[in-house]
Amino acid sequence: MTAIGIGQAPKRKEDVRFLTGRGRYVSDIKLHNMAAAFFVRSPHAHAKIGAIDSSAALEAEGVVAVFTGADLEAAKVGGLPVGWGITGSDGEPMKEPFYPVLAVGKVRHVGDPVAVVVAETPEQAQAAADLVMVDYEPLTPVVSMLDALKPEAPLVHEDVPQNLCCDWAMGDEAAVEEARQKAAHIARIELVNNRLIGNPMEPRAAIAEYDRARDHYTLYTTSQFPHVVRFLMGGLVLNIPQHKLRVVAPDVGGGFGVKQFHYAEEAALTFIAGKLCRPVKWVSERSEGFVSDRQGRDHVTEAELMLDENGKFLGLWVSTLANMGGYLSTFGPNIPTNLYAPLLSGVYKLPAIFCNVKVVFTNTLPVDAYRGAGRPEATFVLERLVDVAAIETGIDKIEIRRRNMISKEEYPYQTPVVVEYDSGDPMACLDKAIEVADIAGFEARRTEAARRGKYRGLGLSTYVEACGLAPSRLAGQMGARGGLYESATVRVHPTSHVSVMIGTHNHGQGHETTFAQIVSEQLGVPFEDIDIVFGDTDRVQFGMGTYGSRSLVVGGAALSKAGDKVIVKGRKIAAHLLEASFEDIAFEKGEFKVAGTDRAKTFAEIAGAAYVPHDYPLETLEPGLEEQAYYDPINFTYPGGAHFCEVEIDPDSGEIELCAYTAVDDVGTIINPMIVEGQLHGGIVQGIGQALFEHGIYDEETGQLMSGSFMDYCMPRADNLPSITISPQVTACAHTPMGVKGCGECGTIGSPAAVINAVVDALKPLGITHVDMPATPNRLWAIIRNAQSTSIAAE
Amino acid sequence: MKVSFTLNAKPVTVDVDPATRLADLLREDMDLTGTHIGCDTSQCGACLVLLDGESVKSCTLLVASLEGRGVTTVEGLADPDGGLHPMQTAFRENHGLQCGFCTPGMLISAVDFANRNPDPTETELRHWLEGNICRCTGYQNIVKSIMAGTAAMHQRA
Ligand code: FES
Ligand code: FES
Repeated sequence: MTAIGIGQAPKRKEDVRFLTGRGRYVSDIKLHNMAAAFFVRSPHAHAKIGAIDSSAALEAEGVVAVFTGADLEAAKVGGLPVGWGITGSDGEPMKEPFYPVLAVGKVRHVGDPVAVVVAETPEQAQAAADLVMVDYEPLTPVVSMLDALKPEAPLVHEDVPQNLCCDWAMGDEAAVEEARQKAAHIARIELVNNRLIGNPMEPRAAIAEYDRARDHYTLYTTSQFPHVVRFLMGGLVLNIPQHKLRVVAPDVGGGFGVKQFHYAEEAALTFIAGKLCRPVKWVSERSEGFVSDRQGRDHVTEAELMLDENGKFLGLWVSTLANMGGYLSTFGPNIPTNLYAPLLSGVYKLPAIFCNVKVVFTNTLPVDAYRGAGRPEATFVLERLVDVAAIETGIDKIEIRRRNMISKEEYPYQTPVVVEYDSGDPMACLDKAIEVADIAGFEARRTEAARRGKYRGLGLSTYVEACGLAPSRLAGQMGARGGLYESATVRVHPTSHVSVMIGTHNHGQGHETTFAQIVSEQLGVPFEDIDIVFGDTDRVQFGMGTYGSRSLVVGGAALSKAGDKVIVKGRKIAAHLLEASFEDIAFEKGEFKVAGTDRAKTFAEIAGAAYVPHDYPLETLEPGLEEQAYYDPINFTYPGGAHFCEVEIDPDSGEIELCAYTAVDDVGTIINPMIVEGQLHGGIVQGIGQALFEHGIYDEETGQLMSGSFMDYCMPRADNLPSITISPQVTACAHTPMGVKGCGECGTIGSPAAVINAVVDALKPLGITHVDMPATPNRLWAIIRNAQSTSIAAE
Repeated sequence: MKVSFTLNAKPVTVDVDPATRLADLLREDMDLTGTHIGCDTSQCGACLVLLDGESVKSCTLLVASLEGRGVTTVEGLADPDGGLHPMQTAFRENHGLQCGFCTPGMLISAVDFANRNPDPTETELRHWLEGNICRCTGYQNIVKSIMAGTAAMHQRA
């Protein structure tokens, strides 16, 4: 029974239930008299909906009811809301078309839900769904963004001309023009950031129930932010008072952003449970997830980096098309704008930056945040461009980065794109990575590989991310429609056991362990005596949930603030019991002491006494030992790092092998090194997945998703990955209570550029200067063939 | 139809529709929800169980085929008194799980692998794991866990 504090690596509290098959995920829950729902989804990317005939379905065995968009419209159900509004450079707010829970009038992507069949069993609901006759009148879909912006393009939303949601910009265009005039060299790149499908291993699921006697709803959902779902769905979609709606997100099998939105299925099920007065369950199938989960990335970008004759960066110009898909998702428009452009300075001194983003509707699945969200896209543009500049100017890729890096002494550093980095030491990260990855030995490895007929390449990427979402003031200026603080309650029971109620959500990140370490360190309470409660709006006061590497940074800060208040209260109680003044009581090593004496009370004694106030001065001292805190950060946090990747490519087959991967990341103070390392491994592999394997592809003619299963959408697997070397570098964050910066997304942000830079470096002898993601063997083979035939033709 | 088989070391007889998949029987009727369903194309391995000691996908296994056979699910790995199986301990020690959703399938796969290959190389193991998808861990600590768990099962330090 010991305190386990910051910097230690206890085994995770949450593990035993998962290892023994006793986790409780939404799909594991069964309620009495529960019916099953199946969503009828559009097979078309773009079509008018005529009549919907449910009569045959209603006759089918076990069917309870069928609901369509018209039913919801008649009940005045609202549209799915957007939590972040952006404004165009012309001052016009973004176009925000209505997003119905079930499609009305038109479907706008394959998988768009048009009806829900409810039956006694899932099999019956699914079978009856085939009998729902929807009269579709197919329309020409707009699939690529370039097509969508053409004047003659069909419109996804009739009230959005040219399918342009917003023409947005950040930075100083005139300053960049000036840099262009002065530049000795301009490096240019055109690239695509491929569409990704997040695919957490647990498919989405929901169960809604309605208790008529209490006029009360409960929704169990696979969500990263149950309180936000309660607010958005109850307050804006279904008009259910907040106190009449409980949202529970129990164990959730991975999120990565995919589960941080308010989804149509949640609202439809809750509505239906109310109408039928019985619980209704829906569990997504994987193939259904491919056409109903929000997707990620999908940019087309041109960019230019201006340099002087010494290779110093003068300016950066970026122009991006960002795909929103058929509707605006919860955070959709914020991702390619506010979470993208402010990161374009990277770890460099870049005096002038201008970034224009055209946010575009197409007949594809809605796009929103996916691990990294905007920041991997920014890093990819910048780090690819720096490599292009290095090759074109003949300056070594490490040297050109060094010449332009912000040095440790220059922090805090104000970038030209809104954000001010509080702390960091990118040079130290780079130096360490050079050493750990044995860059000195690379040329020998390249020569050895060449002997075996392989092209070996070395890729480097540095990055910075803005996370710890988010300072509400700054977020509000950027268009956030809510706050982004976090809340925590520390409840010390009379036995001195501690329950922490926190508004973040644990779905793999190990919060039950990390947060317990924080409390154990702060209050001196044994680690095993602390429980972390999350994911239930009836048990946790409030919260914004888990995304944007915010849980430890913002939630952990709220927790430590609540812990501070517990100590203050404990000191008051101790002062009373020890007949000393409050100022004279100090809390050290789990004891409340009268300064300069040996009179003391243990934490456990104070906890007990807090609930036995026999002789309390009740007018000045309340019984109980429970405190709550809200924490709103004053800035984002800025983790960063340097990643090296080595690949070998077989020029005959295009086969690519990842030979080595080294990551030096600065995530600030580390609470649990084991968990941080695990987060980095997972993040890096998701970035490698984007660079080498994953691609959400739509047929350009029909808008059908071509990669709609694990057979066509290639997930990273154990056998196509290297062992990753992680070596941390720590500079404490200057403004968070514990100096933490967040670590959930780092890996995914740094890795795609490192991998593609390695691929391009490997193919340098062939004169290849860019490869789009994913760099699959097929694509590489074609590029190599092409380059070889061009060089033969030139000879 | 009636089918009798052994489930986690206990004899059971079930009366099922011949089209019933083992994964559904376990999850819906036997209250054994540790066996997960992560796909509908037999690609993810979240649903693995041991059938007479060999890992098989319960999402494509018909209960009708189980007459007289022995099934072990993740719930059956630990001792009845709660002591963890050495492979479970190895996953815990080496942080081989994050969200836990792939974990039951990984454990079943790992136990089968360790039984077949008491002294594997990491390459052999990574190759074996080709049928198990994990989205959280990047596999590194899963590989570490299984190497350690295999050694522990064969009582090497
Ligand atoms: S559920 Fe995916 S393989 Fe069985
Ligand atoms: S631990 Fe989450 S999928 Fe493997």
